[in-house]
Amino acid sequence: MKPDLLSSVWSTSNTRPALALRQWGALLGQARQATLLPRLAHLYADRGWLEQVPDGPRQHLEGAIRLADRQQHEVRWEVDCIARALRGLNTPVVLLKGAAYVMGEQAPARGRLFSDIDIMVDQAHILSAEARLLGGGWICEERDEYNQRYYREWMHEIPPLRHVQRDTFIDLHHTIAPPTSRFRVDGRKLLERVVPVRGYPGLFVLAPVDMVLHSAVHLFQEGEFGHGLRDLLDLNDLLLHFGARPGFWDELVERAVELGLQVPLFHALLHIHRLFGMSAPQHLRARVDRLGPGPMARWLMSWGLGLALRPMHPSCDTPLTGLARWLLYVRSHMLRMPLHLVIPHLLRKAWMRRFPNVPKDEAVLHPKA
Amino acid sequence: MIVADLTPDALRDRLSNGGLLLKIGPFSFELISPLPQVAEALMCLYADYPVLDDSQFVDYSITIARGAGWRRWFRRQAIFKFDGFEPFVPLPENHAFPLLEWAMNWCVSMHTYHYLLLHSAVIEREGCAVIMPAPPGSGKSTLCAGLVNRGWRLLSDELALVSLNDVSITPFGRPISLKNQSIDIMRRYVPQAVFSQVVHDTSKGTVSHMKVRPEHLARIAETAQARWVIFPKYVAGAAPRLTERSRADSLLELGRNSFNYLILGKQGFDVLANLVEACDCYDFEYGQLDDAVAMFEKLVTRRFCEA
Repeated sequence: MKPDLLSSVWSTSNTRPALALRQWGALLGQARQATLLPRLAHLYADRGWLEQVPDGPRQHLEGAIRLADRQQHEVRWEVDCIARALRGLNTPVVLLKGAAYVMGEQAPARGRLFSDIDIMVDQAHILSAEARLLGGGWICEERDEYNQRYYREWMHEIPPLRHVQRDTFIDLHHTIAPPTSRFRVDGRKLLERVVPVRGYPGLFVLAPVDMVLHSAVHLFQEGEFGHGLRDLLDLNDLLLHFGARPGFWDELVERAVELGLQVPLFHALLHIHRLFGMSAPQHLRARVDRLGPGPMARWLMSWGLGLALRPMHPSCDTPLTGLARWLLYVRSHMLRMPLHLVIPHLLRKAWMRRFPNVPKDEAVLHPKA
Repeated sequence: MIVADLTPDALRDRLSNGGLLLKIGPFSFELISPLPQVAEALMCLYADYPVLDDSQFVDYSITIARGAGWRRWFRRQAIFKFDGFEPFVPLPENHAFPLLEWAMNWCVSMHTYHYLLLHSAVIEREGCAVIMPAPPGSGKSTLCAGLVNRGWRLLSDELALVSLNDVSITPFGRPISLKNQSIDIMRRYVPQAVFSQVVHDTSKGTVSHMKVRPEHLARIAETAQARWVIFPKYVAGAAPRLTERSRADSLLELGRNSFNYLILGKQGFDVLANLVEACDCYDFEYGQLDDAVAMFEKLVTRRFCEA
């Protein structure tokens, strides 16, 4: 199999990978595709390896740190704007994923890149939150009626909101998994345990165990594995960060059972162990093993995820990678919706992809600044 | 080794099986393409560029592939792939070479943070550089092509690579992209120049690329100090007119013409501030290339009289 240079950098933990100059090109490409280039750069910087990297690749690593620093600066600013727009909503506003890691100053924030900001409010307040964001300059750009209905009836979020001046995106959720999903979670159960963000009255992040479970469930039902490896690395960082707290792992397993998220947690832990070498404490291993599905599903998922979690880069592709990704894509939809909903939906999406309304970029270059 | 040292067969073989590693200024590219027009254009325009061996680091690996499925046979397409991802719409197959040129610009402009990047032509004389930023259609490339064949050295037609430490510019000399009427104008203006095959109906109209003069390529590692910022504008029939532009306004306009100014944050601002501080800034309107050449000549004379 062609080498996945990227995850092996994290798995070799404290030994600097020996890379030929030519391999650096492939490693940087894999990291770029997995949106992990700044994370890789921070890993090298933190371990004091950056000085030993040859000039060519080092410039890319240093550049990536600049890019991520700038993005995080913008995320903080954006969160400020969101907090201001939602002031007076009278219900907790919960930052999810990347924004939560940055504002909560948690381990996965280091070098993380962003495409949007995810927030969650209680379902009863979602329309008034949307109205307030509209007042703050965010608009819903989804013009397609089918997609509007798809989001609002079947999803755990409304269509993405774009800021008219800054072109930034918000995903507004009311829970972490679709209500039609096999892993549906009542948003109110999550809200009961949220943790305030220091210095930002009204803003919260999920409780540590819920943060881990959200990341796990997200990884497996998103369906597109472009960010799969990044999400897995987020999880690894969260577990390293929170895992040291007494009782954390026991609480994590309890909570997974309570919320019905045993299967995503099982798969996540399996692949974190495989790729980065971390596992649950000894006394819980047998219990974690029992969280998983039956032997057939276990084998299939392990095969599929083994391929799908490789960076989406030509230097990593195997003849079966495409098939594995497609099967997981279909599976993610079957987890999200019952069969009578999912078949028409996927046909519709295939049609919309074939005849899109929004054209791709023309091959002409203009500055964006 | 340079591209011209490879036989046409060897070049085609590298391009379709394995990749051709080219060194262009401070960047190295791996080019992969089975399309014959790509090989042909590279032989013509990149003959003198260094070829790296397989053990070298590659900054950007670019694939210009054929469209898949029935597109292989009917209405054939050229596709640009970077890291296995396609940032642009596919183009007709005969646009493959302009697509490669745009792809190279895109790779550098979207992923480079160790220079401040300006969308701009840059030329040099006596170690002093003129930065000519301009929106498309302002006659920047034509002016640049004219000047580099009348005594100025080409640093770049498309991207100014400004150092983050001082106001030096690193050359990134590549073929100059000429559009529509400019192609014939340049053919008359520089009869001995070498052009790639003309490609019609691209998103920029008719396009052809002009080969870099070998003596400019030979000095591609030699940086220059920014000395002038000139915003050129071609106005049919206009008399040449050079008007001073305030430094503050020039800074803002340069910021607007930059690909990574915002990402560099305060450092980007400081670099631009130092740059306009070190430069005389002008707007320049012209209707005839010869007028422009004379005007640029005067700039140099004035500069060295002052010094």
